[in-house]
Parts: sequence; structure tokens; C-alpha cells
Amino acid sequence: MFACIYVPNFPVAAALRAEPELATRPVAILEGKPPLEKVIAVNANARELSIAPGMSKTQAELCSELALRTRSPLQESSAHAALLDCAQSFSPCVEDSACDTVLLDLAGMESLLGSLPEIARAIFERAVTLGLKANIAVALNPDAALLAARGFPGVTVIPAGKEADHLGPLQAKVLFPDRLEADQKKEADRLLETLDRWGIRNLRALAALPQVSLSERLGQQGIHLQQLARGGGSCTLVPVEPPLVFEEAVELEHPIVLLEPLAFLLNRLLEQLCARLGSRALATQELRLSFELSNLTGIEDDYENIGIPSESDGTGAQSASQIISSRQTKFVRKLSLPLPMLDAKVFLKLLQLDLNAHPPGAPILKIHLAAEPARPRSAQGGLFLPPAPEPEKLELTLARIAGMVGEHKVGALELLDTHHPEGFRMRRFVAEVARKTPQKKTPDSTEAQAAVTALRRFRPPQRANVTLENGQPMRLICPKKKEIQGDVLWKAGPWRFSGDWWEHEAWSRDEWDLALRNGETVSFYRLVHDLLGGVWFVEGTYD
Amino acid sequence: MSSAVVSTPAALRRPFIFDDETDPQVGTAALGCPIEHSSTATHAAHYLPGDVARHDSRGRLSPLERLIQSTPDRRFPPSSITPASRLEIRPAPEMASSGIPDLDALTGGLPRGCLTEICGTASSGRTTVLLAALAAASRRSEYCALIDASDALDPHSVAAAGVDLDRLLWVRCGDDPPKNNTPKHTRDGCPILAESFAARVGISPQSAFNLDMKRLRTSERCLEQVLRATDLLLESGGFGLILLDLADLPPQTARRIPLTTWFRFRRAIENKPTILLAIEQQPIAGSCSSLLLQLGALSARQPALASKESVGEQVADCQRTVPRAPTHAQLLTGLEINVELIRSRLERKPARSATFETKTAWAG
Repeated sequence: MFACIYVPNFPVAAALRAEPELATRPVAILEGKPPLEKVIAVNANARELSIAPGMSKTQAELCSELALRTRSPLQESSAHAALLDCAQSFSPCVEDSACDTVLLDLAGMESLLGSLPEIARAIFERAVTLGLKANIAVALNPDAALLAARGFPGVTVIPAGKEADHLGPLQAKVLFPDRLEADQKKEADRLLETLDRWGIRNLRALAALPQVSLSERLGQQGIHLQQLARGGGSCTLVPVEPPLVFEEAVELEHPIVLLEPLAFLLNRLLEQLCARLGSRALATQELRLSFELSNLTGIEDDYENIGIPSESDGTGAQSASQIISSRQTKFVRKLSLPLPMLDAKVFLKLLQLDLNAHPPGAPILKIHLAAEPARPRSAQGGLFLPPAPEPEKLELTLARIAGMVGEHKVGALELLDTHHPEGFRMRRFVAEVARKTPQKKTPDSTEAQAAVTALRRFRPPQRANVTLENGQPMRLICPKKKEIQGDVLWKAGPWRFSGDWWEHEAWSRDEWDLALRNGETVSFYRLVHDLLGGVWFVEGTYD
Repeated sequence: MSSAVVSTPAALRRPFIFDDETDPQVGTAALGCPIEHSSTATHAAHYLPGDVARHDSRGRLSPLERLIQSTPDRRFPPSSITPASRLEIRPAPEMASSGIPDLDALTGGLPRGCLTEICGTASSGRTTVLLAALAAASRRSEYCALIDASDALDPHSVAAAGVDLDRLLWVRCGDDPPKNNTPKHTRDGCPILAESFAARVGISPQSAFNLDMKRLRTSERCLEQVLRATDLLLESGGFGLILLDLADLPPQTARRIPLTTWFRFRRAIENKPTILLAIEQQPIAGSCSSLLLQLGALSARQPALASKESVGEQVADCQRTVPRAPTHAQLLTGLEINVELIRSRLERKPARSATFETKTAWAG
């Protein structure tokens, strides 16, 4: 058995998928170079208002209620990709027949997905989820399914052997697709006119014609059409493996300058992307958002204010890169996620926070959003494992905190292979539920639980005036911290460190541990003598 | 160990009336009315200490009686009063090791779902205890978050304490504001993505948030960041230990944290396996903290800290006994930290103290 998914009035369907709020309004799609734009497709509401394809834009504009949209190849390609995703989620054997038609082989799927009517209904619902109102037909052969999908709205299931009966009432025009090249359309119109002159209005009448006479008059084409009308097609499916490309785009008629309306559009795109990814049982670990900006004069200053972060500061979701093309009309943000996710709300919030921190600086004309597919994470939390932060929530939390304290000031610690006292860097904090910890040798319990004296660093280190005696600090005054001053009670050192002498950032220092009286108590500090700079400073306090 | 939750009826919103005051809603007849005739008063008297519910020696009603009498039944319905015997018994919190056996012996560990405060002056060992708690949480494979108000954490000390760095989220608050590309906002708060264009089309920008942040002083800005970050992390959930490092904040700044904030924090972690631990110079959370510890100043084994000469002799002795040991180890090894249990809501016992020693990372 074969199924056909057919989206009637595809240009309108693609526009409605991008703007679902237009579904209740009359819509007409325009094509052509201004001012010679013509209406190429209308929905049912517009047809009731006597708007028809072929009308000029000026004529269509006389109807004030009519929503006029320019035909968008971007939207149509997104809708077509969604159609293929819908088909691929039910069968691996899918033929991409036309931009609005997809055929799929359902052989062997009944044991997996249920009976044929159930499968057809599920396909219909999946298409609705992806923003497409499609006709679904299931029949014994692909041609019969295709004709039924073109002719019958909704879901149609034709039992085996009943093709001719079911297809009989359909009009003869369903034998030809809606969108044909000019010469093919001319030929189709000629045939239809001929059949109409003969009084052939539907497929039943065509199927009843004597085959020899039809062959004499219309040749092989006539025989082929009659076979189709009898539900006896013989075509074979040419399966395609659609690439895993998940992209959505929207072109705006008016530029956007505020984040709120942009978030509204992003939400729609993200929901569509997530629905498509979900239909293929995939998630995403990377989102690429690109804007085409209005090339207005006077916005160059804004571009200069946008810093391009270096590749090395890999702090996760905030490690978004922004690229401005040479003509400075494109703005790209990349959102990297620590784990594959599939939550449109989380993505939207992350993008909002990112755009809030890195505004594009110019009005937005076109939005393009792409998701890099990844296998969804399949981690099962252990019953006896300690809880871990939920990745989606944690990512949002980290993005919010980063917006508050700075991108490079939140994350996990990573010590660098150096003896430099500040030899560390911040990296992305990732909490995996079932992360396996390496089995370390368990030390002696008392040793493991011994408290280690900790240093609290002053960032930046505090300059100090030190009085030396025999090369050893005897008195210390810290101008900016009044509590750090007095005679040295107790000292240990110097402890000498140096490194990176082969680099420009060479360092060499002597460290002292000092005890100073602080009122009734004693405080311990680390005093450092920078041998290259010749200055003394207090690096921190032992606490 | 368990304790009972005592709830105050929410209907008691009126101010208390003292002996010499006259309640305008209560007439003289009401004042003379015997308490047994009032059903509400009888109801309340059943649950209140007898001395409060009875008349005083001059035959006047006590303030609480008058309050009860003046309260209409609809505002103080009998259903709002729950006998103490029927109150929900709050289970004792689960205790987790603090990483220091002496401290665990004193307090029983750190309570989960509760706020613990550790106070002390500089060099009193607060950070040492904090890192020990982090290391203990690491050993339990828990995720931890440290909100560092003054960006004072030393990564090498963290590693030396045995903390799993992959499981530690470090939030470094401070006066260094984030790199500011943040957009300006419209008057209703919507961010503007293209300011120059917005100006052309008549959208007037104002950067209210940035201005507000600039107005704040450094310490206040730190505090603001700490509180917001704590709120977010508590809301996020999943952390076994959340640490607030307020040790370098001046007490006058730390005291500006409203008590309601601490109540909110306490409420957020209630019935969750998270330990909220704050280190600070002085106690600031009031009754919101379930455990309050005071750390004493560090003291060395050598009794000669008082005089420089004797300290020198002591160090020299140490160097003689362990000739190859570096002087660093001699100075900071064997420091003693005195912990005093000031308050615990989990255990009604008098204040006690304990002492434990620390070691240095380089001395092994």
C-alpha cells in the first residue's frame, strides 16, 4: 500500500505556515516584478470575495480585507522540507514527487503503526503539527493514492480493488498537477479541453471510454490517462534520502527594531523547527540564527560597538560567535548547547538573552534559523544517584547569571598546566545526570577529611609598602586595606616562583606567608614580591 | 529528633492592645463580659497558657483576651485553629557530612533543606570549612554551586581540598560589569535592537537598568548579583550544596539583605536535598538559619605568637626538628580552628564548641 501527502494550494499553505494567524482571513499570494505583480494563488476566503489568480495587485488591493503576501521561495522550501520530514517519520521509502506532493510506501508498516486508516489519520495530524493542512490518501498503487489526494480533502483510504469506484467521481483535471511548465500546461489544457468537448467530466466517464477508440484519438497519452482513471497505475517509487537540514526562514515586509516582536517570530520558527526535529526523533545541540539587516546609512557605528569574541573563550551557550559580512548586512549568532535539547521555550529564552546581550544594531529584514541535528540524549537517572540540575533549566539559569555578572565569570574551573598562581580558566559548566565518575582510590578516611588551609585571593592584588630588614619583611602597610598593616609577627619564606620566561608574559616572584596582629586575633596573609616589576603586593589571606 | 510546626492564625492581623489602651471596637460592656460567655475566647483559652487567658488581679482582661473578644467569629473561625497535637510533625532534616569529623561530631553535620551560617573574622577558617564542605559534597558526587560575592576563590586551594572541579559551578560576582553591548530599552521595557533606527522612527530609548546599576555602589552591586544568582540557582534545583561566600562583604552591607530574602531562600530549599551554606563576618539571616556556627580566630600550636622573638625561636625549633621541611609548612600546618555552635534549631542543647586542625596543601 502507498500513501500520498498532498498540500493543496501550496504557495498559500506555505504562507499560512509562516503566519498561522492569517488562516481565518482572505489571503492572496503575489508574484512578479513590481509593479506588474499578479495574484498566483488565493485561499477559500479570498475566493469568496471574488479574488482569483491572474488578477493584478492593483485589482486585488481594492479588497481592503485581503491580506496580500509576496511569494517567498524561502517559506516554500521550508514547507517542502517539513512535508518530507512528515513523510520520513512514517516510512523510510519516500518519493519527493513535487514540492506539494510526497508519496510513501507503507508496506510492512501496519504491524508497527496500526491499521491503514490509523496511519493515514496519524499522517494528517503530524502534517497539522508541522503547520501544513494536507490531503492524505492511501491506495494500492501510488497513482491512485496521488489522484485521491488531489481530489478528496482530508483523509481517504481506498480499499484494494475499489480504486475505480472511488476515483470515479473525481474531475478530470486531477489527472494533471497544479504546477506545470508552460508547454506541459498548454498540452494539459488541450487534453482537458478535448475531454470536455467529448462530455467527459469525471474519471468514471474517462474510464468507460473504449480503449481502442481512445488510443486512435489521443494516442498513448490517452491510454495512460485512462489507466490512471481506472486506478491501475504502474509507476514505481523513486525513494529519496532527504538531507538532515533543518532550517526555517521568514522574510519581513517591515524591519524589526524591538526584541519583543522579534521574539514572537523566533518563537514560531523555533516551534516549527522543534516539530520537524521531533518528527525525525532528533534533537539539536547547536542553533544558528542569522539576520539580514537593513543596509541603512548611519548604522556603521552600531556595528563597531559589537565585539567579536575570540574563539578561545569557550563558555558554552555564551560562546556565540557573530559574523558580519563584508557588506555588513548579515548578523549571525551561534548558540551552542552542552547537550542535545528539544524545547522551543528554552531555545527562545536563550536566544532572547543572547540577543539582549548582543543586539544586531540594525533593523532586521530577514530571519534565518537553522538547527544542527543531534541524537537526543538518552540518560536514565539512577535511583540511588544524587540529583543533578536539569540541563534545560540549568542552561537558562546560567545564561541569566551570565547576563548579570558577565559571560566569562560563570562556569566551571579548569586548572591550566602552569605554576602561575592564576593559572586557570573558566569553562562551560555541564551537569550530566548519569555522569560516570572515575573510580579513584579511596584514601584513608581521616586523610580525606582533613581540612586544608585555604587562601582567599584579592582580585586584583593589593599594593603594599613593605619595610625590609636583612632582606626580610618586618613591617607591612596596605594603603587600600586599612586592616592589613602592622609589624610582622611571624613569617615564612621566601618561596620562589618563576615561569613563562620564554614568553612576553614572563613572571618571577618571591612569596612570603605573614602573620599580622588584627586586633585581638592574628591574620595570615600571602605577601608577594614581583621581582620583575619590583613591587610588593598582598595576594590574599589565609582563611 | 523532631519538632512541631506552630502556626499563628492568619486572622490575627490587628495590632495587639495593651492594658491601658482602649479598643474602639470593644465597648465597656464587652470588657466586663466574662470570658466563658465568648465561644471564641473559650476556644482560644483552651490553647493558650492559662495565665494569659485569665483575668488579671484587678479583674481586667488581658490584652490577648481583649483582642480575641474584639475579633468577630468570621475573622477568627474555629476551623483556623489547629490543636497542637494535630499539627504536622516536621521530620528532622537529613544531615550531610561537612567534611570535618570534629565539626560533624559537634553539629551532626550540615542539615539538608536548611540554611547554615558560618561566621567569623578574617583568617578564622571560614573558607577552609567551606572547601571541606565542597570536598565532602564532591565525594558524595553532588553538584555544587559557589556564589562568590568578592571573587576571592583560589582555584589551587579548591583543587588541594579535593573538590571535583567538574561538579563545581563558580559564580564570580564583583565590580567588573559585564561587557556592555546590552541594548537600551523603550519606556515600557522592551529592548531595542537597533538604536539609531529606533530613534528615526520615534522610539525613545532609555537604559534604565544600566543607569540603576551604575548608581549602585560596588558592594551593593555585588550583593545584588549574589542575591539574584542565588535566587536563580535555588529555583533551578538539582544542586546538593549551594554556598554563599559573603565573607569579604562589610557587615553593614551584608545586613542590608532583607530578612524576607532569607525567608525566601529558606522556603526555596525546604523539603529539598540542597544545603544552603553562607559564610560571613557576622550572623545576618536571623532565625532563618537552622544552624549558626561561629569560628574563632586561627591560632597556632606555638604559644609564642604574642612576641616576635619567641615566634622566631619556635620556627627555628621546628626547622631543627624537620630540617628539610619548607618554612611554609611550618607556618601554616597545625593551625587550630575553634568552632562554637551558637544556635541549632535541630537540637536543643547548650552552646558547645570544638576544635580541629588544618593542614596545608603543600605539606601533604
